[in-house]
Amino acid sequence: MTETPATETLTLAKALNEGMRKAMEKDPKVLVMGEDVGRLGGVFRVTDGLQKDFGEERVIDTPLAESGIVGTAIGLALRGYRPVCEIQFDGFVFPAADQIITQLAKMRMRSLGKLELPVVVRIPCGGGIGAVEHHSESPEAYFTHTAGLRVVACSNPADAYAMIQQSIASPDPVIFFEPKRRYWEKGPVDTGAEDFAPLHAARVVNPGEDVTVLAYGPAVKTCLEAAAADDRSLEVIDLRSLNPLDMDTVVRSVERTGRCVVVHEAPVFNGYGAELAARITERCFYRLEAPVLRVGGFSTPYPPSRLEDHYLPDLDRILDAVDRTLAW
Amino acid sequence: MTIDSVRGAPEPELVQLLTPEGERVEHPDYPLDVTAEELRALYRDLVVVRRIDLEAVALTRQGELGIWASLLGQEAAQIGSGRALGEHDMVFPTYREHGVAWCRQVEPLNLLGLFRGVNHGGWDPAEHGFHLYTIVIGSQTLHATGYAMGMQRDGVLGTDRAGATIAYFGDGATSQGDVNEAFVFASVFNAPIVFFCQNNQWAISEPLERQTRIPLYKRAQGYGFPGVRVDGNDVLACLAVTRKALKDAREGQGPTLVEAFTYRMGAHTTTDDPTRYRLKAEEESWKLKDPIERVKAYLVRNQLADTSFLDEVDAEAKQVATALRKACLDLPDPRPLAMFEHVYAEPHPLMTEEQERFAAYLASFEEASA
Repeated sequence: MTETPATETLTLAKALNEGMRKAMEKDPKVLVMGEDVGRLGGVFRVTDGLQKDFGEERVIDTPLAESGIVGTAIGLALRGYRPVCEIQFDGFVFPAADQIITQLAKMRMRSLGKLELPVVVRIPCGGGIGAVEHHSESPEAYFTHTAGLRVVACSNPADAYAMIQQSIASPDPVIFFEPKRRYWEKGPVDTGAEDFAPLHAARVVNPGEDVTVLAYGPAVKTCLEAAAADDRSLEVIDLRSLNPLDMDTVVRSVERTGRCVVVHEAPVFNGYGAELAARITERCFYRLEAPVLRVGGFSTPYPPSRLEDHYLPDLDRILDAVDRTLAW
Repeated sequence: MTIDSVRGAPEPELVQLLTPEGERVEHPDYPLDVTAEELRALYRDLVVVRRIDLEAVALTRQGELGIWASLLGQEAAQIGSGRALGEHDMVFPTYREHGVAWCRQVEPLNLLGLFRGVNHGGWDPAEHGFHLYTIVIGSQTLHATGYAMGMQRDGVLGTDRAGATIAYFGDGATSQGDVNEAFVFASVFNAPIVFFCQNNQWAISEPLERQTRIPLYKRAQGYGFPGVRVDGNDVLACLAVTRKALKDAREGQGPTLVEAFTYRMGAHTTTDDPTRYRLKAEEESWKLKDPIERVKAYLVRNQLADTSFLDEVDAEAKQVATALRKACLDLPDPRPLAMFEHVYAEPHPLMTEEQERFAAYLASFEEASA
């Protein structure tokens, strides 16, 4: 992306807001719906001002029922609309799981391609904000396991702005993960840009030689901090898209470094890193100097927030894994 | 077996226009003018869909379908409501609405294709105003509500392009969260939708008492819209009640819950065995309320149809069934690679990689045998 005079410094939340605004301006069929998204502007203010500008018919404060939100969004999409649903918190998505997994993901195939469901389900995810139970989860693997969905995770304001627009434009349903503890972090956003990197392309965000570090969403910044703090040369890749996965970018890096550490907040067991480790082993077996190591949440429910700093992968735990892979 | 109102209140009124004995009765809220020709057409629909259903059950017994959910006993509820539909209306069925599908000109073969395992639904929902069958109980009520909300946003209500949606579901589904959420959404947004509940008294083996302590139509009041119980075995009453509910919805008056009080004469599906949970006497008592016999009695008694008409309809039904059987047996199995088609609208490299690898694997057998 080239810098233009339209480059502004925005928080990630505001970048999402601007992205949705742009999509709504372009296409009158785009709707925003969810709990408190209208008058309040969402509990994280991501939809702030949209109802004021686009009206109650397009920015819909729904009843408090997640299955109802996604289920009616499917119906609206069948009628030609492009609903963007907000699930208020990650831990509240499960009442909508049936509509997402059984209906949203499968209706296109069920109809032999006659039906299209351009629905975006936005989910603030991850921990680190000192929240009560069910407000800090990372449910991405449940959805990456479901064929028919596209699953993406933004990590910074510029991507948030681009990826939300690309997701809304997608004819396939998209599960859109937003790193809630990064909502208030600022970055440059080119609000005049129309050309974006492909939605499903990973990005090398810190080139390096010694170890490949794979992350997405809120963990990307932590990995960049680890890379900056360490003498070893860490190549950090922001995956951005989890399904599909840009495996070529990953393979190019690991073939060079021979070592890989995967970082995510979700529990390691059966987490997204397991898929990465398996695929990297298949593609890079003879180039690997060490097994792919994973850093993530433990096999426990998300702990009370006074303990979350221990649960979440931090700089030290990432670098500990880097030590271990280099010592192999 | 009946569900009485709360603590012994009187049995609720049932809207009925044609008694089980074939007597035409009037109802003050549901006047219905129906010509002899229309009556004969309804009779024909009822007979043909029952015959199609019978053929599908037979095909299942012979191993040609994996399973079939029979509509036996529910023909009037489906034909009555189905014939009330207009061009701009949209149907969201469960998996038992073969009669409604018939009214929407969906090829019966397409229904069989699903149960044979050829595909998950082969018809074009937009072309027929008839969405795909939904297997998970109650999910489609939310889709219907959302679609109705879309109709509102299109600004068509009250115009000549006005449509409504109609969501079909059963008594068991009324316990589902999705159905209750659909009631809430439809109510607070005043969506143009008819909730058409075929209360066939049984959710597989569970009787109505396991789902509710009040008549189902009374639930509507708690959500803030009208509910009505109609004789689900009376095609005329189902036609009149649904027609009014659809008209109200199209005119912007919001949802109605219609409880079509009927009976599932057959098993839940061909894998079910009702002898394990219900008495033959109950089935026999419902046989006396058969939805087809009463129309036949009315037609004959009033000399609106003669034997040759009745024979003609039987012959037509048989011919439809024979053609359907042949077409079903001729249905080709899908190509193995078809499973990869239509999963995504846009390219998906991971799936494509699997598809190509699987294609090469399949091709390796052809090369080996060549």
